[in-house]
Amino acid sequence: MYRHTIGQRAYVFDDLKTLLARATPLRSGDVLAGVAAATYEERVAAQYALADVPLRDFLHEPLVPYEQDEVTRLILDTHDAAAFAPIAHFTVGQLRDYLVSDAADAAALHALTPGLMPEMVAAVSKLLRNQELIAVARRVEVVTRFRNTLGLRGHLATRLQPNHPTDDLRGIAAILVDGLLYGSGDAVLGINPATDNPKAVSDLLYMLDAVREQYAIPTQSCVLCHVTTSLQLIEQGVPVDLTFQSIGGTEATNASFGINLGLLQEAHEATLSLGRGTLGQDVMYFETGQGSALSANAHHGLDQQTCEARAYAVARRFQPLLVNTVVGFIGPEYLYDGKQIIRAALEDHFCGKLLGLPMGVDVCYTNHAEADQDDMDTLLTLLGVAGCNYIMGIPGADDIMLGYQSTSFHDSLYVRQVLGLRPAPEFEAWLAQQGIFNAQGQLLPAASARLLGQLPPALR
Amino acid sequence: MSDLSDLPPAAPEPDPWAGLRAFTAARIALGRTGTSVPMQEALAFKLAHAHARDAVYSALDTERLLAELATLGLSVHQVSSQAQNRQEYLQRPDHGRQLAEESKAHLAADADCDVAIVLADGLSATAINAHAVPLLGLLLPELRATGLRLGPLVLAEQARVALGDEIGHLLRARLVLVLIGERPGLSAPDSLGAYFTYGPRPGLTDEARNCVSNIRPAGLPYPAAAAKLSWLLREALRRQLSGVALKDQADLLPE
Repeated sequence: MYRHTIGQRAYVFDDLKTLLARATPLRSGDVLAGVAAATYEERVAAQYALADVPLRDFLHEPLVPYEQDEVTRLILDTHDAAAFAPIAHFTVGQLRDYLVSDAADAAALHALTPGLMPEMVAAVSKLLRNQELIAVARRVEVVTRFRNTLGLRGHLATRLQPNHPTDDLRGIAAILVDGLLYGSGDAVLGINPATDNPKAVSDLLYMLDAVREQYAIPTQSCVLCHVTTSLQLIEQGVPVDLTFQSIGGTEATNASFGINLGLLQEAHEATLSLGRGTLGQDVMYFETGQGSALSANAHHGLDQQTCEARAYAVARRFQPLLVNTVVGFIGPEYLYDGKQIIRAALEDHFCGKLLGLPMGVDVCYTNHAEADQDDMDTLLTLLGVAGCNYIMGIPGADDIMLGYQSTSFHDSLYVRQVLGLRPAPEFEAWLAQQGIFNAQGQLLPAASARLLGQLPPALR
Repeated sequence: MSDLSDLPPAAPEPDPWAGLRAFTAARIALGRTGTSVPMQEALAFKLAHAHARDAVYSALDTERLLAELATLGLSVHQVSSQAQNRQEYLQRPDHGRQLAEESKAHLAADADCDVAIVLADGLSATAINAHAVPLLGLLLPELRATGLRLGPLVLAEQARVALGDEIGHLLRARLVLVLIGERPGLSAPDSLGAYFTYGPRPGLTDEARNCVSNIRPAGLPYPAAAAKLSWLLREALRRQLSGVALKDQADLLPE
């Protein structure tokens, strides 16, 4: 039981999950779930009460019962008490004051990571303003490697996302060429397939691999199919660089995706066995997003942001190369407008980074959300400042397969230019060698690109 | 003083690989000025988004629809969901799946039929305004020809797909067909979806339904949509099921 009194009014919160939900900045998904604060005052009362909660309470009061949920078991069984020791006596509010202090530098935050539970990070994020979510996340550098080096300070990578409504190989190759000529693709060449059919996915993987080989691009490819499809293709010897999966923060959410921790473990080992990475062996790619647990009716009364942070415990178990929150894709019943999307993206990026994940963000919205390109420009710029590892790259920001708007190739040029951010170093060297970028990292006139003289076979 | 030849061209050129546009409808080879897309491309994107936004906030053209539907030989009821307005509709999908109390009474009187058809605004009333009547003009004769008893047409406002299950249940329909405006994309703000449920009742979920989507002249044209729906509806009634079990066979249907 948690309490806080404001004037004559005593607010009582039955348990920790209720307190967390009431303390969460307003968003439509928590209202839909019936867990949001009823008034502005109740929300601040909950935040007062949350600031006084000892961090140890999170270890003693699992939000989803240990016996019922393998994600809870994963979180508690892998909690590093030694790393937690320096902050074990803190309340959530004291953790907040520490995180924003000058003492919490990159080294200190790195050492703290294994001692932080997702629920503690979610809790403290609810007490931070947007500028603090940015300032703290910016200090954390999470570097991962496969065929290039991602996440270095001062660098921002992009996933080239050449989706096509019917997986047409020529349509996809055309977008690949367009994206590469705009300097996109260092995080991954990653397709959302229209179908999970193994043959179709296999065709796409062979095509991506051939393009990557043809131009000797220091990057990795991925077709974002279900993990069971990847396992099947790995067995058949299809060139799988990265294994993808959507994940959630409760066992029941993951069950709705047709996965569990054992299956992810199997996929991780199978992908590692291929040994395709040249600089490193970070082989997993995970996507998440606030609202997926409620959407699967698997939220156990938790607010959507706390569920999301718990998904990061699943991700960090498997040393991913890439994690991204598809923040505005789910729709206005979870994140209503630009303000809610921006807040959620900064929370997700902060929580993921503090938990040691290579966080990217799909800066995006659907046409029924109260948002537009101006909101995305704002979010993109904030994430660039916050040190986000990567964003999406989509021609003209318009994904004609998934039917939503994300960041364009032009957007990545913009954010790199105004903030002085560079692509992954190996990829940047390749761009210069191909005559796409100059030595200062600026796009050269299109005619100087060598790639234009030797289009992929599909386009000739 | 600068020479005139130093001035930038009035409009940036598209990229030299613009020929690749033949392979995809995606916005490739846009060209650029600085890091921005050229003016015309920026405005084209804004216009597409404006059309999509207008579609989300569009309303059923009730007066015209009632007049046109009257020519189809079926009675028409008007109902609304529990969502009072668009803002509530967007944030509370649960409200859009339940009939407003006052709407329930309208339906009970007209009960008992094989197929009840609901016209729902969904996320694009524009789609219903444009495509529902021409589609029904082709579909109803096909259904009648097979001897099916058609229930009334129901015009539903602030409606989600699942509202059809409650409507179908109240009408004691063996099957309910919901024509609904789909979530607008940048390429099409007026795409019509057709969902049907065998044995409709409140509380069913997506697995119980089948869907034919992207109905519009530039997508799945009316004659093809009517033929496909007519075949699927008859199969669902014959086999007394819908949803995943029917979908398994749907690939076999004649094109």
